[in-house]
Amino acid sequence: MKELPFEHHLLELEKKIDELKSLSAAHFLDLSQEIDTLTQKLEKSKLETYSNLTPWQTTQLARHPRRPLCLDYIDMCFEDFVELRGGRQFPDDNSIVAGLALFRKEPVVVVGHQKGRDTKENIFRNFGMPHPEGYRKALRVMKLANKFRRPIITFVDTPGAYPGMEAEERGQAEAIARNIMEMTFLKVPIVVVVIGEGGSGGAVALGVGDSVLMLEHAIYSVISPEGCASILWRDPSKAEEAARALKLTARDLLELKVIDEFIEEPLGGAHRDPRTTAERVSSALARNLDRLKGLSAEELFQRRLEKYRRMGVYSEDLQ
Amino acid sequence: MGWFTKTKESIVPSNLWTKCQKCEEAIYSKDLAKAAWVCPKCSYHFRIPVRDRIELLLDEKSWQELNAHIKTADPLKFEALTSYDERVKKAVLKTNANEAIATGLGAIEGFPVAVGIFNFDFMGGSMGSAVGEKIVRLTDEALRLRRPLLIVSCSGGARMDEGVLSLMQMVKTSQAIARLSRERLPFLSLLTDPTTGGVTASFAMLGDVILAEPGALIGFAGPRVIEQTIKETLPEGFQRAEFLLETGVIDMVVPRKDLRATLAKLLRFFSAPTHTPKFEAPSNGADPSAPF
Ligand SMILES: [Zn+2]
Repeated sequence: MKELPFEHHLLELEKKIDELKSLSAAHFLDLSQEIDTLTQKLEKSKLETYSNLTPWQTTQLARHPRRPLCLDYIDMCFEDFVELRGGRQFPDDNSIVAGLALFRKEPVVVVGHQKGRDTKENIFRNFGMPHPEGYRKALRVMKLANKFRRPIITFVDTPGAYPGMEAEERGQAEAIARNIMEMTFLKVPIVVVVIGEGGSGGAVALGVGDSVLMLEHAIYSVISPEGCASILWRDPSKAEEAARALKLTARDLLELKVIDEFIEEPLGGAHRDPRTTAERVSSALARNLDRLKGLSAEELFQRRLEKYRRMGVYSEDLQ
Repeated sequence: MGWFTKTKESIVPSNLWTKCQKCEEAIYSKDLAKAAWVCPKCSYHFRIPVRDRIELLLDEKSWQELNAHIKTADPLKFEALTSYDERVKKAVLKTNANEAIATGLGAIEGFPVAVGIFNFDFMGGSMGSAVGEKIVRLTDEALRLRRPLLIVSCSGGARMDEGVLSLMQMVKTSQAIARLSRERLPFLSLLTDPTTGGVTASFAMLGDVILAEPGALIGFAGPRVIEQTIKETLPEGFQRAEFLLETGVIDMVVPRKDLRATLAKLLRFFSAPTHTPKFEAPSNGADPSAPF
């Protein structure tokens, strides 16, 4: 298991408990008292650690290599998923998955960024960093949802849109802008869930929704803490400070009224209990889809305009 | 997101002579301003102050500025090496403006338009909450008066110091264009050097017509970020307006001296009475909004 620096003492404790357990099993010793004491200590320690995460620690959790990814949620929250890989314009972009599925027996369209679990997968998924064709595939499938009047669910998890030469040549900026505008026009409900990293414009291109939800330890930011640190501090090692300054956690975003709600993760993060996390995501999706059900296309459009128009803080003081 | 920490050197001539950044010709500063900030020798397009841009594009005395008082409120109380608040104060002093875009009403060869002009000298023309709000209010005016919208972009992208709120301005401004689009009001997007990041990846790429000035750097990612990613040096001319024209990302590259006439031509096209073919209802009486 890959550990994060701040998890070290917890994993040490877990290891010790496991050792005691196998010791007691192997030698028929009653170590239950010691085990209980350590287990209590572990639970207390966990609670302390995970309820006081710094924004930088949250960033690390959001990028945890074992964190559930888009396809994991599709697997756990949906049935009969049929992936549609054709963007119709360019070779397929594997950093975005899109398709048809059943959510609690209702047909829906699901779209999301897909990262990889290991190096090989990550190369195949381009680390979840789409090229324009990825966004255009997403839009094509979302328009299918529009045509057949099916709600859309998107999962956001990307370090950002890929900053490469081909991406620029094929109009990365236009692809993102187009998705933002077209998602505004879609006549069906859209629920967005930020499950890991909401990296800048690359996230927004799948992130315009009637309800925007976010997992407790996900992040959403205009720039990565490292990027921000190297520009504004001129020192990439100041990422911890930048993470704090950027206000990128789910709690911050709720306060800034950028998201509608956050979904609590199991203690220690989604990767420690993917099943429970998925159940919570599923019930949040159900609740939000239900709430949006009765709205007409025009109501959805107007509400989207109002929702985003309110975002931002400025001053009109005349002085 | 693309970002320019600092311009290489100030282009405002504090001296009598200005050196061309491309051909290195020393130009008498007064001549340069008179030539709309285009190098008489090599046609390099210098960045142009907002007031000169207004004079260049709009009919005399037609400019009427709106919402000049709107400014940032430092929502995150952001502090890096220096505080955002300080940086804003400096920018205000430097530019004598409250924000990185000037918005207003004007006319181009008699055609009334709603106009937004980015000011790169104000924190690299970056888009935060105030810029987003000014663009939306400008769109409100365009809708109210049924006028075309023209935005002259010049920006490093989203303003980091406002965090995710800046990011959301991409949605807010793109939706402003969505409203215009629904009302069939044209949006002309003029991209100038440089236009990158969250500005390019939102309203600026949603123009019904996208024009660019010669040599303008236009892209999503800034060239330095791309070079760091691919670990190669970018070829000469990459992400320049002429290159984007070849790749089909923009519609036309227009030298500064031809801009006003070109915009007028476009406005004439869009302002003519619409040709409306007779709408025929489905003969079977079906509801056209039904899914099948
Ligand atoms: Zn020159």
